[in-house]
Amino acid sequence: MLSNARMIIRLFLRELKSQKLRMSLTIIAIIWGTLSITLLLAFGEGLKNQLDINRKGLGDGILIIWGGQTEKPYKGLPRGRQIRFRPDIIDYIREQIPEIEAAGGEFINWGRPISYNGKIVSEKVNGVLPEYEFMRSLYPDSGGRFINKLDLQNKRRVAFIGNELRDDLFGPPDSAGYVDPIGKTILINDIQFTVIGVMQKKLQMGMYSGPDWSTAFIPITTFQTMYTRRYLSNLVIKPRDINQTEYVKDRLYSILSTKYKFDPEDKRALSIWDVVEDAQVMRKVMIGMQVFFGIIGGLTLLVAGVGVANIMYVAVRERTAEIGVKMAMGAKRAHVMTQFMLEAILIAGIGGGTGLFLSFAIAGTLAAIPMESEAMQWLGKPTISIPIAIVTISVLSTIGLAAGYFPARRAASVNPVESLRYE
Amino acid sequence: MIKMSGIRKAYNTGRIKVEALKGVDLEIGAGEFVSIVGPSGSGKSTLMNIAGCLDVPSDGGYELDGESVEKLNMSQLADIRNKKIGFVFQAFNLLPYATAFENVELPLIFGKVATKKRQDRVVELLGRVGLQDRLGHKPAELSGGEMQRVAIARALANNPKLLLADEPTGNLDSQSGKAIIDLFEELWKSGTTILMITHDFNVAKRTNRVVYLRDGLVVTKAADIAQGIKSWKHDRQFDTA
Repeated sequence: MLSNARMIIRLFLRELKSQKLRMSLTIIAIIWGTLSITLLLAFGEGLKNQLDINRKGLGDGILIIWGGQTEKPYKGLPRGRQIRFRPDIIDYIREQIPEIEAAGGEFINWGRPISYNGKIVSEKVNGVLPEYEFMRSLYPDSGGRFINKLDLQNKRRVAFIGNELRDDLFGPPDSAGYVDPIGKTILINDIQFTVIGVMQKKLQMGMYSGPDWSTAFIPITTFQTMYTRRYLSNLVIKPRDINQTEYVKDRLYSILSTKYKFDPEDKRALSIWDVVEDAQVMRKVMIGMQVFFGIIGGLTLLVAGVGVANIMYVAVRERTAEIGVKMAMGAKRAHVMTQFMLEAILIAGIGGGTGLFLSFAIAGTLAAIPMESEAMQWLGKPTISIPIAIVTISVLSTIGLAAGYFPARRAASVNPVESLRYE
Repeated sequence: MIKMSGIRKAYNTGRIKVEALKGVDLEIGAGEFVSIVGPSGSGKSTLMNIAGCLDVPSDGGYELDGESVEKLNMSQLADIRNKKIGFVFQAFNLLPYATAFENVELPLIFGKVATKKRQDRVVELLGRVGLQDRLGHKPAELSGGEMQRVAIARALANNPKLLLADEPTGNLDSQSGKAIIDLFEELWKSGTTILMITHDFNVAKRTNRVVYLRDGLVVTKAADIAQGIKSWKHDRQFDTA
C-alpha cells in the first residue's frame, strides 16, 4: 500500500504538470470554497456569540414587567383601571413564587441634574435593589461596589454610576486630570451622594428606560426619601431555571391578578418583556442566517467539486491505455476506482486543507484585533467552532468523494480490449 | 492448457457487424511454445484477447487450464488474468511514472501478495531478466530491450502458466528482439506455455508450432499454409529490402 500511495502522489504530480492551469484553478476554487464556507459560518458564529453577550448586557434570562390598563371588567370593577405596583409587592412575589431566583423593582427619574466639581449633566436616576447587580449585569469596575443591603436599610446617599456618566463627570480614566470617582461626592438634585462604584463597560443591546452606562443608581429607599413616588416603574424577575420562565409568567399573572383584582385572561393588565423568548427568536434568526451562509459556501465548494470531477474525467481519458494494462494484469474494478477516487480526494484534500488553514489564520488574526471599534463590538470575533469544522470537512469530503466517484466509475467500465488498442 | 472449440467473435462497428473469428478450434498443450501468424485483420489479436480472458467469445467454448471460462464474471476473469496469465505487449505498456520495481510489483499488489514477499519477488524477477541494477529506473531511462524485459518480469510476477505475447519484438531492433526471444525460449524450457503473435518469420521459426490464421479461421490445409508462408516470406523480404 505504501508504494501504492507513492504512485498516487506521483500520478497527482504528473497530472499537476500536464493540467497545470486546470489543476491550479481547481485547487484555488476549492481553497476559496472552503474559505467561504468556514469563514461565513465562523462570522455567523461570532455574530451569534456577540449577540449573546450584548443581550446579556440587559440581563440574562430575566422578565421585565410593567403594569398596564385592564381591558376587561372584573368582579364589578370597570375596565380601564391602571395596574400599578407598590414596592411591597416585591416581597409578596418572592413569597408566592419560590421558583424565582430574584425579584426587584425600580423607580426611575429622568433628566435629573447630576454634578461634580462644577460639571453638570442631566441624566437618569434609578432607585434600585441590590439584586440588580446580577439581574441586570451592573457589575462594578475594580475598586468599587454595587448598592448593598446596608445602603438600603440606612437609606444611604450612595451612588453607583454608569461608565459614561463617569466619563462625563470625571473624565475618561486615561485622560489628563482624571480623578478616581470612588469616594468622591457628587450632587444629585443638589443632594450629596458618595460614589461607591462605576459600572464595568458592557455592551447592552436591549434597554427599556435608557442605557445603563449613563445612569446613576441609588438605593431604592434613598430614592423614596428624595422623590415622592408611590408606584414602581417596573419589576424585574429572574426565574431560577430558564425552562421555568413560562411557568413563572403564568404564576405572576395568577398572583398579581388576585392581588390587583383583574381577570387573569386580561393580557393588557400586565406587559411582560421576556428576554429569554427574545433571545430564542434571535437565536433562530441567527441559525437561519448560518444555514444560509453555509449553503452559499457549500455551493461555491460544489462548483469547485465539478472542477475536480472534470480533471478526473480528463485523467481517465488520458489514462485509458494504462487502465487497460492494469486490467490485463488482473486489476479489479475496485483497484481501478480506488486510484481515481484517492486522487480526487487528494486534490480536494490539498485545497481543503489549505482553505481550512487559511480560515484559521484569518479567524485568528481577526480575533486578535482588540474589540475597541464600534463595528467589531456588534460583529464579534469570527469563531471556528467544532461543529463548523465538522460541517466544512464533511461537505469537503462528500464533494471530494463524489468528484472522484463518477470519473472512477467511468474508468472501471473501460473495456480492456478497446483501451489496449488505444495506443 | 488452451482448448478452444468453435470460437466466434463478432463486433458491432457502427451499423456493420464484423466477425473477427468465425469458428476457431485450437488446442494448445501445456509446455508448448506457439506462434500465431497471419495477415492483418485475420483475427490474431482477437484470438489473443479471448485466450487472455480480456474478452469473451460471442459463441463457442473456451477451457483454460481445465476450467471453462466463458461464463465467468468480470471479477473472476480478473483473478484468472492475475494468477494464470502473463501479458507482454508490443508497446511494452509500462506505467511511465513508475519505476521498474513498481511496474513489476503491480500484478503482485492486485494479487494481494504480502509486502515483504512481494518485494523479494520483484527483486528476484528483475534479476531473472538481468535488470537487477535497474530497479529504480523509470521506463524513460531504459532502452527498448530493457523495457520489454521489465514487461516480461511483470508478466511473470504471479508465476503464470500461460504467457501471451503480442508481437513482443515488434518495437525492438533485431539484436534486442533476439535477446527477448532467447528469454522466451528459456522460460519455455522451464515449463511456461507461451502463445505469441508475430509478423517476424525468424521469430516464428524458433517456436515449436506455428498457427496460421486467415479471415478469422485457423488454416489447416497444408497447401494453404505453404502458400501463406510463401507469400509471407515474400512480404518480409519486400519489407526489409
